[in-house]
This record gives sequence, C-alpha cells and structure tokens, in this order.
Amino acid sequence: MKIKRKPKHTMPSRYVLLVLTCICVAVLFVSFTLNLSGGPLNTVAGYVFTPMQKGINAVGSWFSDKADNLKSMRDVMKENEELKAQVDQLTNDLSTIKLEQYELDNLRELLELDKKYPSYQKVGARVISKDGGNWFSTFLIDKGSNDGIEKDMNVIAGSGLVGIVIDVGPNFAKVRSIIDDATNISGSTLTTTDYCVVNGNLQTMNENQVIEFGGLKNSENNIEVGEQIVTSNISDKYLQGILIGYIQTLERDSNNLTCSGTITPAVDFQHLEEVLVILEKKKID
Amino acid sequence: MRRKIAVFIIIVLCFLLQSTLFQAWAFASISPNLLIVVTSSFGFMRGRKEGMWIGFFCGLLLDIFFGSVIGFYALVYMYIGYLNGFFRKRFFPEDIKLPIILISASDLAYSLMVYLFLFLLRGKFQFFYYLRHIILPELVYTIVVTVFLYFIILKINQKLEEIERRSAGKFV
Repeated sequence: MKIKRKPKHTMPSRYVLLVLTCICVAVLFVSFTLNLSGGPLNTVAGYVFTPMQKGINAVGSWFSDKADNLKSMRDVMKENEELKAQVDQLTNDLSTIKLEQYELDNLRELLELDKKYPSYQKVGARVISKDGGNWFSTFLIDKGSNDGIEKDMNVIAGSGLVGIVIDVGPNFAKVRSIIDDATNISGSTLTTTDYCVVNGNLQTMNENQVIEFGGLKNSENNIEVGEQIVTSNISDKYLQGILIGYIQTLERDSNNLTCSGTITPAVDFQHLEEVLVILEKKKID
Repeated sequence: MRRKIAVFIIIVLCFLLQSTLFQAWAFASISPNLLIVVTSSFGFMRGRKEGMWIGFFCGLLLDIFFGSVIGFYALVYMYIGYLNGFFRKRFFPEDIKLPIILISASDLAYSLMVYLFLFLLRGKFQFFYYLRHIILPELVYTIVVTVFLYFIILKINQKLEEIERRSAGKFV
C-alpha cells in the first residue's frame, strides 16, 4: 500500500523524458560544434572516480605482477631451451646476418629519432582505465590539468606515438589512441618524407593488429615494407617526427598514383601501462 | 534516499569494473556492458521513470570519461531505460527468461545505435563484420555476466523494496 505523502504533483515521466532528450540533444550539438567538453562535470567526476580507478588499478597490477613473476620464471626456462635449439639452427643460416643487419639499421635510425625527443619536456602517467565499450579505443591516464597537461598534447610510450589528449580534468586526461577508429593523422615516411594519411581502424586492428594508411605518393617506388612512418611536419596537432609504426603491407591504388596499406604500430597497445605526455603543443602560426 | 545511494553505488561499481577489471578480462578485446544490465534491469523492475534516470546517469558517466561528445551515450541509455520500463507489468522476479531477453535486446539496441551513429555515418559500411566481431561477442559476454549480475541487482532491489514497505507501514 502506497501512501501519498507529497501533495506536490509530479511530472509524468514522458515529459521528463522529453525535457531530458532536448537537453541531451542541445548539449550534443553544443559540444560537437564548439568542440567543448564536460567542464565542471569533468572536475566533479574526476575527483570522485579517478581515485577509485587508481585504487582498483593498483590492486590489479599488484596481483598481475605477482602472477607474471611466477609465469615469467617458468616461461623463461622454457623459452631458454627453445631458444637454444633455435640458435643452433640459425647460426648456420646466412639470413640471420641479413636480419641482424636490417635490425641494426632500424635501431640506428630509431636512435637518431630518439635523440629528437629528449628536447621535449615530458611527464609520465599511468593508464588507469579503458573505454568501457568495444567500439573505440580511448583511455584515461592519471595526470590532468593539475600536472600541466592540456588538450591536444601528444602521448608517447617508449619511442612510438600512442595518441593525443582530447580532454582533461583536474586529475585525469582522456587520450584517444592512434588505433582508435576515429583517429586520422598526417604522417610521412622517414626516408623519403612522402606524406600519407594514417587512420585507425577497428576492423584491421581486430584482425591483424594493424592500422591503415593511404594516399602515399610512392612515385619512385623506393618505399618498401618495413619503412618507418612518422608524424609529418604538416600535421597541426602532432609534433613532427614521432614514430607511428612500420609499414606491414603496401599496395598501389587503382589510380596508379598513390599507395595504401597497413602499418604495425610501434607501441604495444595490449599491454600499455605507462605513457609519457609531451608537455609541448605544436604551434601553427 | 536510501534507494538513491544504493543505486548510485551500484552504478559506480559497475562503471569502475567495466572500465578496469573487465577490460583486463576481455576475451579477444571484447568486454561486457555492465551498465546496460543495470539500466535495463532497473527499467523493468522499477518502471519507466527510474529506468530513464538511471540510464541517463550511466550514459552521462560514459560520456564524461570516454565519449567524444557529451550527451550521446546519455541519450541512448536513457531511452533504453525508459523503453524497458514498459515491461514492468510483465516482470516476475522468479522468471529469468524476460530479463535475459530484455537485457539482450537492450545491448543489441545499444550496439546498433553506436554502429549507426558513430560508424555508419563515417562511411564504415561493413555492417556484418561489426555484427560478427563486435556486436554478437559483446552480446554473448554480456548475457553471461547478466546471469550473475542480474541476481545481485534483483536481491538488492528486493531488499530495498522490503525496507521501503516496512518504513511506509509505520505511518499507517
């Protein structure tokens, strides 16, 4: 039995629904056209949820560390035996030398590339949670505007590009990774500085852990599989020369002018735990 | 008031689990959608109004932390909660069939909305690929989790209703 305690009349739920719908649509359009974000909502939500996410994460990583230690010990032993057998077989193989030579070249180039980065001031941050849905690949890091992070700052891990900050709260920042389906980056090849457009793709990422690129002008046909793709100088948000990944497949388009294909990202997105945020934004004036 | 706090805690817990623990437990990078389970089950257990509000806040939470625009998920979740509310009269706690069907339908509707507005409009036309590799796996995983989560929510709701009845009885 229900007792009416409040004589005050309540609005029927369909009107509330209508009002809320209007509010949502209005906010949607405002935030879409003006590129605004949560603002005060970010602040409130940041202080409530970020500490909890950090807590869960800390507990989780403690457990997984312990598990990993046990597992890796066993794995290393097993791997050791396997590797020994493999080494015996490979030492006779001439192609090893070729492979090593290739790797050496790559590493040398990487080293040169790496020398470019230290000039930027960076701040380390931890990944605290990932997009709850299965469609996009954005994640949260535990540093925000309190640590000097701003929107549009580049995020790297190791020597590769991870993504870009698309929103900040006081103590968290939202990062859209380069494998996200909505990402588009202007890239260029390292050796010939030909421009191309790199875009994240859920489908290819799911299938082969690669992302797409297109519009590469390979006029002299001297770009090969394995070529490094870095962020280009004409990108308006990404700093120049950050490694995106390596070309995995390369095909000439039907227009016979440009090439497209897939890129293996330089960063392992499955096991991303710590990232570096470059505290410098690209200035285009 | 007690109900609001309880519901708030449920939403927060599910959101946190969904974005941390279940991301680590993802099978083939697919994780279940706990918030849709919460929204949908409160919808058919408590009616349109409560489903609507709970859906709205669940969606808003996702918008703030993971959305690229504010308001999209809030809208989708809100309507899912509201529509589930229409099934309140047909809902009996002992019967698991209706909840499972409704929650699956809700998850499917959510996925289709996301595909329609965030993928199809950007020119990604391979619907069957996304259906096979994202939508259906998510649906299956969500149903598996539902079997546990739904009973937890049901028990909490029954407890709350009992307390509300008792405190209402005092006034008679």
